Amino acid sequence: MADNIRKAAGKSVITNQKFSTQPTGSFIKAVSAIVWKDLQAEFRSRELFSAMLVFSLLIILIFNFALELDIKTRQSVTAGVLWATFAFAGTLGLNRSMAIEKDRGCLDGLLLAPVDRSAIFFGKVISNLVFMLIVEAIVLPVYSVLYNMNLFQPGLMIVILLGSIGYVAVGTLLAAMSVQTRTRDMLLPILLFPVAIPVLLSAVKASSGLLAGVPFEEVQFPINLLIAYDVIFVAVAFMTFENIVEE
Amino acid sequence: MPTKPTLLKILDILALIMLGVSTYFALVKAPTELVMGQVQRVFYFHLGTAWTALLGFLFASVLSVIYLVTKDLRWDRYQVAAIEVSLVFFLITIALGSIWARPAWNTWWTWDPRLTTAAVTELVYVAYFMLRQGIDDPDRRARFGAVYALLGGISAPITFFAIRLYRTIHPVVIAGSNPEAEGGFSMTADMRTAMFVALFAFTLIFIDLYWNRIRLGDLQDKVEQLKLKVMM
Repeated sequence: MADNIRKAAGKSVITNQKFSTQPTGSFIKAVSAIVWKDLQAEFRSRELFSAMLVFSLLIILIFNFALELDIKTRQSVTAGVLWATFAFAGTLGLNRSMAIEKDRGCLDGLLLAPVDRSAIFFGKVISNLVFMLIVEAIVLPVYSVLYNMNLFQPGLMIVILLGSIGYVAVGTLLAAMSVQTRTRDMLLPILLFPVAIPVLLSAVKASSGLLAGVPFEEVQFPINLLIAYDVIFVAVAFMTFENIVEE
Repeated sequence: MPTKPTLLKILDILALIMLGVSTYFALVKAPTELVMGQVQRVFYFHLGTAWTALLGFLFASVLSVIYLVTKDLRWDRYQVAAIEVSLVFFLITIALGSIWARPAWNTWWTWDPRLTTAAVTELVYVAYFMLRQGIDDPDRRARFGAVYALLGGISAPITFFAIRLYRTIHPVVIAGSNPEAEGGFSMTADMRTAMFVALFAFTLIFIDLYWNRIRLGDLQDKVEQLKLKVMM
């Protein structure tokens, strides 16, 4: 009798283990499948990427004339110009990546797939983040060459990564919202900018501090704020995403 | 159509009376401030509207969570009402602050943390209404609205901290002192009374408007349903 119970208990433990390990494995698989799908579609068409890149170069060009970026001004406004460029190019990419899903009915297909909704969210966030980072990785050296400034500092890279994570996480959630409204892509910047202001503010502050070469302690606070924002908003977006896509 | 509840009628009258009383306290009863003069009297209504509007926004974030958990459209109507009334109150706060700032700071506007946070908060909730306007399906409208109000409610305090990175000149009248603040003052007993009267009056006015707005929302909902019935 006791043996039987023990056996049964052992069995249930084994099956429990099976169930508990499977979802994590399939979750990562689902996320990477979505990321892979987005990247592959992009490598074939190069629509999004080329648009974002050309757009951001044009913004830098406009800033050049609007602010008359001579050597003195450059020192103080470089961080601002860079982040404004990333923010605008970012909205372009976020809009496009969600509009593609909506237009061709892909979103419905994704929702029908037997995976967790948050896997779709994280997949979209990661692929959007990859696009944004690639664009940033091209804009930075171009800016460095055009304005003869060294932007390749490890601190700045970390700030850009942290800022992009927060921006893209909130942006993906809001883009999923705005493509389902009547005004569509017009709405995204209006929804995103006021909510993303803490990211942009602290990223600009940290970047300009790092570019000016101040000691790390002085930019510690904005960087901590960026990390806090990232953690809070990734969590909130992850928890509320299901409400955005459910029918 | 259900008639207006008696309690609400009483509250309407009470709110109106309190507005008069508070105006009297602010304009007549409170002493004139020595340095700034008459313009300081704006402060009582400025504080009254700011207090209620901020509480209203906070309340709306709580309602977001309740709606997202229960999915009952009633909570959505409460939320819209709270945000709508708070939005107007906050606009009054900003306008009154601007009127005060012109003589006190010699400028209508400055990019001070509080002012900037106020402007961003106001924009968040304007965007909230633009979002709602673009969606026809009531359930989806409620879901999106709740999520956005929640995001806005969380980001506003972080914005405040982020702008703290830059310096502030906004005076902190109650419990606090900022050596860089310009236009601060210490209150006499009469001023304090006027302040509490204003706080009480605006809380009452807020509740009254809020209740009326909820009633309006319920009626709107009914009209929409009747319209749908006729169309069928």
